[in-house]
Amino acid sequence: MKKQTVAALTAGLLIAGSALANHKATDSTPAEDLKLYRDYFMKKFPGVPLNEFQNGVYAIDKVSRDSWEAIEEFPPYEPMIEDGEEMWNTPFKNGKTYADCFPDGPAQRKNYPHWDAKRGMVVTLPMAVNECRVKNGEKPLKWAKGPITRILAYMAYESRGQKTNVVIPEGDAAALAAYNDGKSFYFARRGQLNFSCASCHVESAGQHIRADILSPALGQTTGWPVYRSKWGELGTLHRRFKGCNKQVRARPFKPQGRQYRNLEYFLTHMSNGIEFNGPSARK
Amino acid sequence: MRKSALSTVAIASILAVSGAIGARSAHAGDQASNVEFGKKTAFTRKKGNCLACHYIAGGTAPGDIGPPLISMKARFPDRAKLRAQVWDATSNNPNTRMPPFGKHKILTEKEIDAVVDFLYTL
Ligand code: HEC
Ligand code: HEC
Repeated sequence: MKKQTVAALTAGLLIAGSALANHKATDSTPAEDLKLYRDYFMKKFPGVPLNEFQNGVYAIDKVSRDSWEAIEEFPPYEPMIEDGEEMWNTPFKNGKTYADCFPDGPAQRKNYPHWDAKRGMVVTLPMAVNECRVKNGEKPLKWAKGPITRILAYMAYESRGQKTNVVIPEGDAAALAAYNDGKSFYFARRGQLNFSCASCHVESAGQHIRADILSPALGQTTGWPVYRSKWGELGTLHRRFKGCNKQVRARPFKPQGRQYRNLEYFLTHMSNGIEFNGPSARK
Repeated sequence: MRKSALSTVAIASILAVSGAIGARSAHAGDQASNVEFGKKTAFTRKKGNCLACHYIAGGTAPGDIGPPLISMKARFPDRAKLRAQVWDATSNNPNTRMPPFGKHKILTEKEIDAVVDFLYTL
């Protein structure tokens, strides 16, 4: 019976990604999803190796890739990695440093987002950074841009090459519920323009929306924080979530609120096995 | 991404003025200005933004999520059907990616009529 649902789901994905919206999130398990999404994108973009998806739209579009490669040769985010390193090494007022919160060092990307069973919630890396600050008597940093992106840029840089490995712990109903919540969010239509995330990044991936090519959902979480030419600075993943919600004229949610953390949990899991490569540059 | 509120107001008042001029002119001119208004509505990003997804003659940098909008009269002899597609594309295809312009009040009824007039010139 399970098999049948998965077959239906696959058919839905292949015919129209948005058909998935008609399926309940609980119709397939995280492990089944992983295979489904991966197969869908690998079929849609034949010849693109799994790990290449870490480069977003540049994995699938030769034309924009050339100018992007030129940008990545002299990356605009380089000074921000250095700023972040300085933040990492500068003691808090109480004399402690980030290293007291992250004893294995700054290369933490592979550990996030993760399910914290004791607290019953998804914990993200930006959240862990701010919790470290607060624990040591410092003010938390703003979530979307500014100093937080610099410490994250340094940590991401030190984590380059680590593989995405989001775990939804077997038998933990609350963890599965958080994952399914993120998944439902992903496939729900919202806003005056009535789009789901999947309308653009599953169903229309590789197509043009006006002059922009839509990136595939697979690999979208590996390159953060991202330096966008449009922003002229680094931004966090949740800043991008907000932007994508706003462009369909939907009310955005709070960065690091439950909705976006669960969304990150679902979306990052989809990229399991793909290497982290942040920070990165985007148009 | 969004322009300032000011430019929206400016566009809205330009549209209102052109609408008013249209109302005063003779019948043939009326029709022409409605087509012009429909074209403007279809092309303006804050309005129809149809070019995000469709090739339309006269528009630049079209997307390719939807089919090219060509030979509309031959393909949609029934005006009501064409209008319904613009008003709520989900009625024709529940899984469509095309926004429901009338149902979600993205465009007014008048704007949709004008867009349909414009589509019939394609
Ligand atoms: C109307 C179309 C549309 C919708 C709906 C949409 N996006 Fe996007 N998204 C874009 C465009 C355009 C870009 C920039 C080009 C690209 O990388 O795809 C983008 C970029 C992104 C990126 C950055 C990718 C990268 O490599 O830098 C992420 C992550 C993302 N979107 C996630 C989401 C999520 C999550 C949702 C739903 C909450 C969503 N998007 C809904 C159009 C959309
Ligand atoms: C975000 C994408 C998108 C936007 C914006 C959009 N459309 Fe569409 N449109 C589609 C898709 C996709 C189809 C194909 C049919 C379907 O999937 O429902 C379509 C189909 C159509 C059709 C039927 C064409 C045919 O050959 O059957 C017409 C007419 C049309 N659109 C007009 C418009 C007009 C007018 C606007 C702007 C006011 C517009 N569309 C905006 C995506 C879009």
